[in-house]
Amino acid sequence: MNKPVLQRARTEAEAALIERFDQGDRRLVGATDLRAAAMQRFADAGLPNRRVEAWHYTDLRGAMRTAALARAPETATLPLARQCLAKPLAQTDAHRFVIFNGAYNEELSSSGPLPAGVTVASLASALATGDADVLDTLGVRTPGSDDSVVALNTALMQDGVVIRVAPGAKVERPLAILNLMTGGFAQAAFLRSILIVGAGASIMLDEATAVCMPDATQANEALTVVVGDGARVDYAAQVAEQGAQSVALHSLFVTMGANAQFNGFCLVPTAGLVRRQIFARLEGEHSTFSLGGLSLLRGKEHADTTLVVDHAVPNCVSREFFRHILDHEATGVFQGKVVVRQHAQKTDGGMKSQALVLGEDATMNNKPELEIFADDVVCGHGATVGQLDKNQIFYLQARGLSRGEAESLLLEAFANEALDLVADEAVRARFAGQTEDWLAHRSGR
Amino acid sequence: MLEVKNLHVSVGGRKILDGLNLTVNDGEVAAIMGPNGTGKSTLSYVIAGREDYEVEEGEVLLDGVNILEMDATERANAGVFLAFQYPLEIPGVATMTFLKAALNAQARAKGLPELQTPEFMKKVREAATKLGVNQDMLKRPLNVGFSGGEKKRMEILQMALLQPKVGILDETDSGLDIDALRIVADGVNALRAKDRSFLVITHYQRLLDYIKPDTVHVMAKGKIARTGGPELALELEKSGYAAFTGEAA
Repeated sequence: MNKPVLQRARTEAEAALIERFDQGDRRLVGATDLRAAAMQRFADAGLPNRRVEAWHYTDLRGAMRTAALARAPETATLPLARQCLAKPLAQTDAHRFVIFNGAYNEELSSSGPLPAGVTVASLASALATGDADVLDTLGVRTPGSDDSVVALNTALMQDGVVIRVAPGAKVERPLAILNLMTGGFAQAAFLRSILIVGAGASIMLDEATAVCMPDATQANEALTVVVGDGARVDYAAQVAEQGAQSVALHSLFVTMGANAQFNGFCLVPTAGLVRRQIFARLEGEHSTFSLGGLSLLRGKEHADTTLVVDHAVPNCVSREFFRHILDHEATGVFQGKVVVRQHAQKTDGGMKSQALVLGEDATMNNKPELEIFADDVVCGHGATVGQLDKNQIFYLQARGLSRGEAESLLLEAFANEALDLVADEAVRARFAGQTEDWLAHRSGR
Repeated sequence: MLEVKNLHVSVGGRKILDGLNLTVNDGEVAAIMGPNGTGKSTLSYVIAGREDYEVEEGEVLLDGVNILEMDATERANAGVFLAFQYPLEIPGVATMTFLKAALNAQARAKGLPELQTPEFMKKVREAATKLGVNQDMLKRPLNVGFSGGEKKRMEILQMALLQPKVGILDETDSGLDIDALRIVADGVNALRAKDRSFLVITHYQRLLDYIKPDTVHVMAKGKIARTGGPELALELEKSGYAAFTGEAA
């Protein structure tokens, strides 16, 4: 007798997403098999919920009851996008690639020649022509592909930017990938970008997500970075302008060759629901992966950073340093897992997450994990959750600063210690400016 | 003029100050000596406005105004300066940023314009040179990685810049070697003025060799047990505090 198969009822959002795929969408070009397999994985698993360990603190199924499906009007408002672009989303001198309402937009992107050694294509065109490198990158080089948000992205990816940096090219001018959505209505975007950096090359990449008219937008973005042997990537990401009901999901995949360097940082100064997940794999010896982040949350904002760093080979270094400031009823999540495989001897791993909880109803969830199978490694992790030190506040007040000024100074210091990880001065200044704005808003200045 | 009148203070139900009376006139340097645990630091914290203390009774008047009704910020802006026994380390706050924030806060409170950066830099540099505070220290985060002596010099530097009406030195001599003690004492002496008074809290006579007090008060069991001139400090150095605590020396 056949055993009955228990199937969980699909939520309205899950059903709508699957239907969208089944009905076909003219924007879903190429990678047919890859998309179909990914949609099957999504259909089996559904949206992540508390029972999925990696999503324990962010119940996406609960938070995303309906799927935003509305499309931006064909006459999508470019002036609105231009206003949005005037905000400090990237370095001013960056060569920017703008994805507007789910499609690469040439008009909003930088004109003029690309920096030497850089070639660019839109993801849609690369998929349409069946670019083998791109398909390979999406398939094989995507750790964490069992995650259903990643599967959903693979199944429904509309567009994105594919950037290749030639071996040996030292690209001085930063590049920026900016995802803008009009907003003002329940709108979704599924974006996938790829950065392939050749051996010995170096590049700086900014990435930002912004909604021009913050509303119930849903963005599911992914970026794959392949760092070649001896290459260096500096990466600075930020979330900007989100509505209270916005969902911004971002998956970053980093694979690293030998003697490679990746230095990344992410600023989250606003959120409806933000989830940033990072899957890094060190595949070549003597490489260094470093990632930092600062999340500043208020109201009922919710931001989750979940990362897995996989040391697959010996002699690599990884560093993760994240800080949260949580006001009101905000929720912060940090889950970090460092995996050291059996052969990955001499691994040097360090992970730290620190949170200041200001609001009485604010919550921080910290979950650092080490999974070590090698026996000659140095790995450590630390997680703290605390409040402002009242002795420090008294000390500052005893010099004439008001309580608010004292708090702001201490919060700024806490934030700056995270921002110190940003190697590039211009990026650090941009992030510091946004941190100051956030603090000024808090103290009513 | 600082007047402490019948001050009763407790912490967590334990009485620390028990009807303390003390007057420090303008221009006067008053030393407070006494054994451990007698409430000297409590007195300094209560005057500076630290929370956690329960003031049950009494007044602290600065030029006739009861400052107990003010918060720590208002007291600082009214001219109270506490040089901490253990200055706090504040990671991430550059010393110069902090000094500027403090000077500007007090300027605003007095209705004065904020200092322009060049003027501020000049002021700090001059004061720092006198106290042997080098430029490197000013660039570092406040008190982070400073030696005990450096922290105390930084306290005196702040006092020199803020020009308070009343300077309270809470065991400023603790943790100082003889050279650092001299530098700190010289810094305090340079600030002595007709309209500025000091409350110098110490266990030992030694500091008073460098900062000559006008009056010496012995504190025991939460109140002033005896008041005298500089000779009282010398006497204590010989006889100890046993006569005041009721315990054998």
